Amino acid sequence: MVQFVLNGETRDVQAEADTPLLWVIREELGLTGTKFGCGMALCGACTVHLDGSPIRSCVTAVGDVEGASITTIEGVSAEGASKAAQAVQAAWESLDVVQCGYCQSGQIMSAVALLEENPKPSDEDIDAAMSGNVCRCATYVRIRAAIHQAAKTMEG
Amino acid sequence: MLHRITEAARPSRRQFLKTGAVAGAGLVIGLHLPLRAAKSGASSGAAAATAGGDFAPNAFVRIAVDDSVTILAKHIEFGQGSHTGLATILAEELDAAWEQVRAEAAPANAEIYNNLHWGPSQGTGGSSSIANSYEQLRQAGAMARALLVEAAAKTWGVPAAEITVEKGQVRHAASGKSSGFGALVETAAGLPTPAEVKLKDPKDFTLIGSRVPRLDSPDKTRGKAMFTIDITLPGMLTAVVARPPLFGAKVKSVNAEAAKAVKGVTDVVEIPRGVAVVAEGFWAANKGREALEIAWDESGAETRGSDEIMAQYKELAKKPGQVARQDGDPAAGLAGAAKVLEATYEYPFLAHAPMEPLDCVVELKPDSCEVWTGSQLQTGDFATAVAISGLKPEQVQVHTLLAGGSFGRRATPDSDMVAEAVSIAKAIGGKAPVKVIWTREDDIQGGRYRPMYYHTIRAGLDADNKLVGWEHRIVGQSILKGTPFEEFLVKNGIDQTSVEGANNLPYAIPNVLIDLHTTDVEVPVLWWRAVGSTHTAYTVEAFLDEVAEAAGKDPVEFRLEMLKDHPRHAAVLKLAAEKAGWGKTLPEGKGIGIAVHESFNSFVAEAAEVTVDGDGGIKVDKVVCAVDCGRPVNPDVIKAQMEGGIGYGLGAILHDEITLEGGRVAQSNFHDYIPLRIEEMPEVEVHIVDSGEAPTGVGEPGTPPVGPAVANAVYNATGRRIRSLPFSRHDLTGT
Ligand code: FES
Ligand code: FES
Repeated sequence: MVQFVLNGETRDVQAEADTPLLWVIREELGLTGTKFGCGMALCGACTVHLDGSPIRSCVTAVGDVEGASITTIEGVSAEGASKAAQAVQAAWESLDVVQCGYCQSGQIMSAVALLEENPKPSDEDIDAAMSGNVCRCATYVRIRAAIHQAAKTMEG
Repeated sequence: MLHRITEAARPSRRQFLKTGAVAGAGLVIGLHLPLRAAKSGASSGAAAATAGGDFAPNAFVRIAVDDSVTILAKHIEFGQGSHTGLATILAEELDAAWEQVRAEAAPANAEIYNNLHWGPSQGTGGSSSIANSYEQLRQAGAMARALLVEAAAKTWGVPAAEITVEKGQVRHAASGKSSGFGALVETAAGLPTPAEVKLKDPKDFTLIGSRVPRLDSPDKTRGKAMFTIDITLPGMLTAVVARPPLFGAKVKSVNAEAAKAVKGVTDVVEIPRGVAVVAEGFWAANKGREALEIAWDESGAETRGSDEIMAQYKELAKKPGQVARQDGDPAAGLAGAAKVLEATYEYPFLAHAPMEPLDCVVELKPDSCEVWTGSQLQTGDFATAVAISGLKPEQVQVHTLLAGGSFGRRATPDSDMVAEAVSIAKAIGGKAPVKVIWTREDDIQGGRYRPMYYHTIRAGLDADNKLVGWEHRIVGQSILKGTPFEEFLVKNGIDQTSVEGANNLPYAIPNVLIDLHTTDVEVPVLWWRAVGSTHTAYTVEAFLDEVAEAAGKDPVEFRLEMLKDHPRHAAVLKLAAEKAGWGKTLPEGKGIGIAVHESFNSFVAEAAEVTVDGDGGIKVDKVVCAVDCGRPVNPDVIKAQMEGGIGYGLGAILHDEITLEGGRVAQSNFHDYIPLRIEEMPEVEVHIVDSGEAPTGVGEPGTPPVGPAVANAVYNATGRRIRSLPFSRHDLTGT
């Protein structure tokens, strides 16, 4: 049994310790916003925050997050989410970033983590922070624009 | 894809709009709409109230007492914006306020929700969603509006002609009465269907042609959108399938002992397509699969490598193929030319790799079978579920879920995802609902690729540097052979999808020959975003750049001279060139290139600017795109589709190829089948031609021109012509 904090709530899970966190979140805890895309830390669809930093939950064994605080897309979409989270999601909506939407939970988790650490990222900062998040619909033009827009919102 | 299913097979505008009148101010047209959705069992002839008290005037819209307007979308939403687009069209004629509009996937039904370009079959493809639905949904919206107006007239005792509707408000100015839609639905539901309705004059459009927010943005931005992979049913099990390591191989024997010993694994079953491991969750199923021992019968399998296949294609290309198009006297055209140029082009297999891996959920019971999947060809998926379950059609239901991309992959003529899932559900005796998940490796190695192709091309210039001869030969597999689409799209042995983009060469050249060798390879192939144009546009537009140079002419001027009869091609080409600053001087290491192409009746020109660094690294800095897709329904969605189509095409030409070694696929995941990432995405500028022509599609047409535009730009920067894809095969160091 493993215990960790998910979106502010302490959870005990039954899964085998080697099970990737991704599947525990999706199947045992029923939060399906976090997606499976590659299972090899290559696409970022499964990005969640571990103590505030973005990680790929598909290659993180649940046994390794014992006692940690995990935030998922459902967490950053809830009431009282951080300023960065709100700014990112508002920008995403106002620019209609999404196409199929499947990668977007991961994109948003990476973008929120970036802005929390660096509220005024340059294009190079964005490339570095977002390079691990693949979008097969190639919504990258708007992802970049939305991050800049969110940064502006946070400033003012 | 699929866009050419015979003019004759289009149940067509004519039949559909009884008067044959399509556009114009205040036209009165005869209504010929499927009256209601399959499940709302009201009698025909009268508008209907559904069980929940909603008003369902026809099969495409439901209006609720709370004022919400729900559009039933017959086309899948997988990113292309179909739900938003279809809703825009209907809401326009209904005069709904955008805020009250939602979209929902329609139930699978070939008669009511058929694609009007295809005949009695529901499905999405060939960038046809908006094109085939435009008049249908305008009518549906206008009809619903007429019923609401009639209901208000009755309730208020005023003439219907004096009633106006604007942004979801029904008003009678003289009496000062007004109402939302919801308060009128009960009365409206009892009214007879009007025999005819008036459509708006396009100049009065308020939603069509304006930016409306995408309907799916809020949920997709919060992780709330439900994809197939997100479905959970009580007691549901998860399955993964071990499929043959070689295309065409079969299971010889299975030792499932170790797999069954994995905690959580409940069943190991053989199905026609491999061996399925069923478990309480994905991780256990996957572990179980790893523990399987399977001996494969490889006697009928494809064992060639892709190099070997390409070598055979090159041999074949030496001989004439089947003629797909012939104008004038091609042999004489080249023989009499002052200058003859020739080139060959090689195209690899490509995987679609949609972001959501393939998946399907099935709940099979003795007397019912429910399927949840990102169904792109609902009619085929439905028929497959009926056939494999052995149930009656009325016992089977297909639910179309949002899909995390497709790019053609979910439109499989033999419904592979559904077939596997129903087979597994059946093999476990329907004891639990089952979700089948493909891993990324399953997806990349699972076939259904854009076929490999080899092209040879020759062009002749006369003494005045005019193109007088053009011979284009294509060698590759047929996508449609052996599928239900064969009878519509394979004509005289020519698979139209193999030659499209080459065959409709728009340039005025007196002598033209396009021919085709269709090859037999055991690798399953499929349409891939823009289908034939993914290779033909590259050959035509990259080669034309060479010919223009040989003719001593500017590539834009050279094309325009030959596009006098194709004003829409010419217009987008001019527009893209102008906006890109064609002719400007670029610094060392930079280059610009351009291409124009028509696919799915939309016209797109793209100008690409690239930088090639000393290490041979290519960065596409910017793409300027001009698109003419008829009347723009959702300009921002069109823009997004051009951006996405450019990124998708660019990733493929830069990095992607599926190669076979002894028949085995060499790539497996995103480390070796390399997707475009954010740092490689160019700036994209999109210019939409203002047009009153019937709307055409945008999901695919943005993809074909980017490859040749970038190839021409790389030549402009380096002097190197790239004639085999992907670019990563070529070392441009020091160029
Ligand atoms: S699913 Fe985790 S990075 Fe792709
Ligand atoms: S929106 Fe489809 S993969 Fe990113």
